[in-house]
Amino acid sequence: MKKFNRRSILKGLLNGSAVGVALPVLDMFLDDNGKAFAATGQRIPVRFGTWVWGCGHIPERWIPTTTGFDYTMPADLEPIAPYRDKIALFSGFDVKLDGVPNKPHITGCLGLRTGIPVPSEKVEAPTLDVLISDAIGQSTRFRSIEVSTSGIQRSYSFRAAGSPNPSEVSPLTLYQRIFGDGFQDPNATTFTPDPATMVHKSVLSAIAEERRHLMRQVGAADRRRLDEYFTSIRQLENQLALQLQPPAPVENFTMPEPPPELELDSEMDNVLVTHRLMSDLLAKALQCNQTHVINVLLSDTTSNLRRRGSTTTHHTLTHEEPVNPELGYQEQVGWFATQSMLAWRDFLDSLAKIPEGDGTLLDNCLILAHSDCSIAKSHSVEGIPTMVAGGAGDRIRTGYHMAGRADPVSRIGLTIQQAMGLPVERWGTNSMETNRNIPELLT
Amino acid sequence: MKHTVCTITNSRPLIQVRCLAVLLVVTLATAPESLARAEPELNSAGGPPKVRRLTEAQYRATIADIFGPNIAVVGRFERALRSDGLIAVGTSEAGLSPFSIEQYNISARNIASVVMSQERRDAFLSCHPAAADTFDKTCARRFIGEYGLRLFRRPLSDAEIDLFLSLAEAGHDKLGNFYSGLQFALTGMLVAPDFLLRIERFMPDSARPGSFRLDNYSSATRLSYFLTGSAPDAELLAAAAAGQLSNNVELAKQVDRLMASPRFETAIRDFFADMLYFNLFADLAKDSEIYPAFNSAVAADSREQTVRTITHHLLESGGDYRELFTTRSAPLTRSLGILYRMPVATRHGWSMGEFSESSGRAGIQSQVSFLALHSHPGRSSPTLRGKAIREIFLCQHVPDPPADVDFTGINDIANPERPTARDRLEAHGTNPACVGCHTLMDPLGLTLENFDGLGVFRTRENGAEINVSGSLDGTEFVAAAGLGQALYDYPQTTSCLVDKLYRSAVGGSISSSERPFFKYLNQVFADNGYRLPELIRTIATSPGFYTITPDPQHQELTNAYVAPGDRS
Repeated sequence: MKKFNRRSILKGLLNGSAVGVALPVLDMFLDDNGKAFAATGQRIPVRFGTWVWGCGHIPERWIPTTTGFDYTMPADLEPIAPYRDKIALFSGFDVKLDGVPNKPHITGCLGLRTGIPVPSEKVEAPTLDVLISDAIGQSTRFRSIEVSTSGIQRSYSFRAAGSPNPSEVSPLTLYQRIFGDGFQDPNATTFTPDPATMVHKSVLSAIAEERRHLMRQVGAADRRRLDEYFTSIRQLENQLALQLQPPAPVENFTMPEPPPELELDSEMDNVLVTHRLMSDLLAKALQCNQTHVINVLLSDTTSNLRRRGSTTTHHTLTHEEPVNPELGYQEQVGWFATQSMLAWRDFLDSLAKIPEGDGTLLDNCLILAHSDCSIAKSHSVEGIPTMVAGGAGDRIRTGYHMAGRADPVSRIGLTIQQAMGLPVERWGTNSMETNRNIPELLT
Repeated sequence: MKHTVCTITNSRPLIQVRCLAVLLVVTLATAPESLARAEPELNSAGGPPKVRRLTEAQYRATIADIFGPNIAVVGRFERALRSDGLIAVGTSEAGLSPFSIEQYNISARNIASVVMSQERRDAFLSCHPAAADTFDKTCARRFIGEYGLRLFRRPLSDAEIDLFLSLAEAGHDKLGNFYSGLQFALTGMLVAPDFLLRIERFMPDSARPGSFRLDNYSSATRLSYFLTGSAPDAELLAAAAAGQLSNNVELAKQVDRLMASPRFETAIRDFFADMLYFNLFADLAKDSEIYPAFNSAVAADSREQTVRTITHHLLESGGDYRELFTTRSAPLTRSLGILYRMPVATRHGWSMGEFSESSGRAGIQSQVSFLALHSHPGRSSPTLRGKAIREIFLCQHVPDPPADVDFTGINDIANPERPTARDRLEAHGTNPACVGCHTLMDPLGLTLENFDGLGVFRTRENGAEINVSGSLDGTEFVAAAGLGQALYDYPQTTSCLVDKLYRSAVGGSISSSERPFFKYLNQVFADNGYRLPELIRTIATSPGFYTITPDPQHQELTNAYVAPGDRS
């Protein structure tokens, strides 16, 4: 271990105590391309989210028959009709397997999110939400927040294989994590930094300084893991740094009520309740800039959703339910598909009901909604249903349906990263590698 | 002695079952104690050194051992990573997300504040400053040295002591209190990588030039988590400091001592909970209309029942591992008694019962924990159960289903021609793309169809008599008891346990250079009547367990800990 420099601790402490005067605007909230609040002149940051539902869609009930702005709303998308102007629908974009075995419900989801299909959960690149949080989430209290609303701790946000960002499953623990200890009311009238927080922060800085010394002692694969450890330590340091500064005021923010304790399971009615509560909490967290990146998993990709009294889950039904000859599709599967889109509307409601600037929070978000496959019965990863919602602070255009015509779905991932300001020209590997963004999506 | 090893591999699209006849030569047929130090295992070149994240159970046990059982761990733990069937192996691959560090920090702050609280600190500090607002460097150094040793599982270097001492002093200067300064130094140790990760360090093996072994403290740590599920205690650390762990006699003494401690049972419980995928209880849900008897108490008791069956049989009774699949022992609580339809004398807690012949139950594969975990929320699943038996107990990997399959027959419950799961699976089994894998799973799982999706006994499904005949690689049998006997007789049942136990202990796969050692362990297991403690003792006392093949990418040939003063 190198000789520790005591001066750096003391310096850190002094810097900490120097902060006592209110700062007008925090750098962290200044985003190069964001719009500004009329009242304060403060820039509004653009936030990013993913919203995932399992087991795909019934194409004839989901894909509009025409492309462009004037499409007729298909049956299963009826719930989101109020938001049609704020959503771009993408059909017919594929995960290209290039011979990689298709692990049902996994390969499609992670292929779409990393640009690289993998035959397991061992991702070969970070998921795009992590790439985006590395760019826009460094200075917020949480780099990102993940939730799963069907009672099962699953997450499709990965920094690397073996490093998922775990999901919160309970609205109450989500509330406590965001709005409990360490939360600063942005509109509080007084501010006093806690000297213990300064000491705590200097401890973490000292631990972080051990990085180079430790890296030499382990093999290559473990260096990657240690690197992640130190990245996480930096986030924690940052959380404490934020507590040492007066929070930037937030227009229209009111503290949310703690949610009730709920039965957390995969029964659809319960899931919808859990999902609404969590969506509201996440919207509030985005509003007061606790994080700029969220990931919501409505149902696992191997959807565990079920109806009370039914012997079979949504996923099992996709394989086992006979097609109803009169309807021409699997009736019960259709019910879950419709419920999933109802939940999607609930999520958009949570964002759209928060006024921000001259619009709503949704206008300053970019939300990527997607599933893991197109037709769950055959696990096909061609034509995975995908939507982009929000305004991203006027950086994206929505309101239309676009057919991918078997283009790689990585075009969507690439465009989204560019819309979020990442300097990326090319994304994905093999047939998924692309430098063709979707010009229609960008302003 | 002839021993047959079967491997099932997936070479798409067909499943191949390869059987290799392996001739094992027994070199010594003497007492197990001498076998443990026999020649063949010296061939082991060991695996690479690991960086392993503490599991939740290990973290909790370590904190309880160092600071006492009354200190709450208030941070949360995310779902553990499982790799090659074991969380213990996943610890060598798992990352540390911002969430996990955030939660470790919450635990650390709470532990440190309790330890330094006015009411509790006398128990932890062997010295005090003259007044709380004066910084007593000697006293702070003593605390940091003592607790650093326990937490990092090795003595701190001079530089590390200086670091934490500086932090304590800076904290004291800022907060005006000696104990507050020490509290934050302790918080730092509790979130340091050297505490949260077991970073294995190694050195040249003086007994075998050109070879490497774990250094003394890493040896102690590997041994301690293997035998006690917790950090090395003071005595083991002292043995490591004295270099005694490379001495066979001294090592055997430590192994005997740790195996005699109550913590040994904890380690066995942790291992089997991992092997049996009991972490999945966190996600277990059953439909409340179909299975109104299911609740969280039933779930917790059923899990505990199986663990008790295992520890009772393997540790208290010194039983044969294979008998876990045939035993009729039934540790019961009142709430389990309802499910099993058995009277339970004790109102609170556990009492030992016995499953009758007519109960249909024999072996842990017929207990509610196994049956309920490997079912759907609203019905049983012969396929999931069969898959679990192959993967958990036989170490055989069953491939994922092909992407495009028509399963419609299985759910056709309304069809009076197919009232039982067997009828529905048979309809499905005519599909050639499916039949290869289902032949591996269904004939095992169908023998457990006398138990519904919660594990309650039944003889009929949708009014039809349930047929519980099945087979394992050609051996035919009937019902749970027949399955248990088939598992008892199957050669890979025992080699799978050796494989999982060893991989759990070292946190990785068994490399080709460790194969002879692995064969040797299997032979020892057989010679000892498949008694688990003897197998564990053999592993723990074998030099092969501490041997290391460094990763060629390691930047330094040795990263062994150098004690202060040893440096020149």
